[in-house]
Amino acid sequence: MVAWNMLTLVGGDRPGIVASVTRAIYVAGCSLGEASMIRLGGSFTIMMMVSGDCPSAELEQALTPVAKDLGLRLHIDPVEGGLHRHLVPNVQVRVAGADRAGIVAEVTGALAQTGFNILELESDVAGTADRPVYIMNIQGYSDETVEALQASVAGLADRGIEVDVSPVETLIG
Amino acid sequence: MAALEILTVPDERLRRESVPVTDFDEELLAFIDDLEETRLAGPAAVGIAAPQVGRFQRILILDLSGKKGVSNHGHLVLINPEISHWEGFEIGREGCLSVPDFTGNVIRATRIRLVARATRGESLELEMEGFEARALQHEIDHLDGLLFIDRVVSRRTDLFRRKVYREPRKGAS
Repeated sequence: MVAWNMLTLVGGDRPGIVASVTRAIYVAGCSLGEASMIRLGGSFTIMMMVSGDCPSAELEQALTPVAKDLGLRLHIDPVEGGLHRHLVPNVQVRVAGADRAGIVAEVTGALAQTGFNILELESDVAGTADRPVYIMNIQGYSDETVEALQASVAGLADRGIEVDVSPVETLIG
Repeated sequence: MAALEILTVPDERLRRESVPVTDFDEELLAFIDDLEETRLAGPAAVGIAAPQVGRFQRILILDLSGKKGVSNHGHLVLINPEISHWEGFEIGREGCLSVPDFTGNVIRATRIRLVARATRGESLELEMEGFEARALQHEIDHLDGLLFIDRVVSRRTDLFRRKVYREPRKGAS
């Protein structure tokens, strides 16, 4: 038995997707772990941990009719890992620049050279259709100093990409 | 002195509103010693509030002195604290002794003024900014039965943060 199944569902956005999907999982007797669900460009995307004590064939059987009804593509992967394994980010990287190919690859490439571990990345295209602006917010963990990380991305400013590296200090109270 | 048991979610007692302290006596001082010992026994907390240990009185401890480069007043015991003015706001990451294994982003005022009493009932007036102001707001929330998980926002809120903020209305609370 695997510890968890990673469930991926993608399809055109409409109200009620989360309710229908999670209801089907619940009725099938499976339980949920961590999840990320977000609307991206008119599609709704779900990535969700479902407990491995629920066999993936059973899970697939429970979800197939719902996915079909809602026009969602369904994918199930057995995964290792588990709950309570959070890494707390200590660095935030904000990026903004006129949208062009390669921004993400260049910024994250420079960070990867330093051993930076991306824990979460959110990006969006703002501005207008004529003048799109790429905005990205990365939360991650690094053993390097903020100054060293700033130096690693400093060259990108010449190419019109503003990169702001700042520490994330988590308050415990 | 003794470290006290910390209430954790979903304990309903964390939702109780605490009442002001009226007796500034030896018993209060002994409790504050225990509260401080409890704070120090846990994971690197910069603050703790009395209701977190099941005493529903408006008492909190802050100590940002261990944070490098953070403007702060050192070790503070604040009794019956009230924020009288605040301005600006920003998103920052928070965790809590009462919410194990979870951190999230919360919007807090960046500069505040407050009045409070010290351990013998002396009047205090303080101005705080940044991380210390955040810590104070986090602890005062405990006195009102609120937790940071009631205020968690998406990082997308930050991604699209507005450049111009309206000043809070005068006398708003």
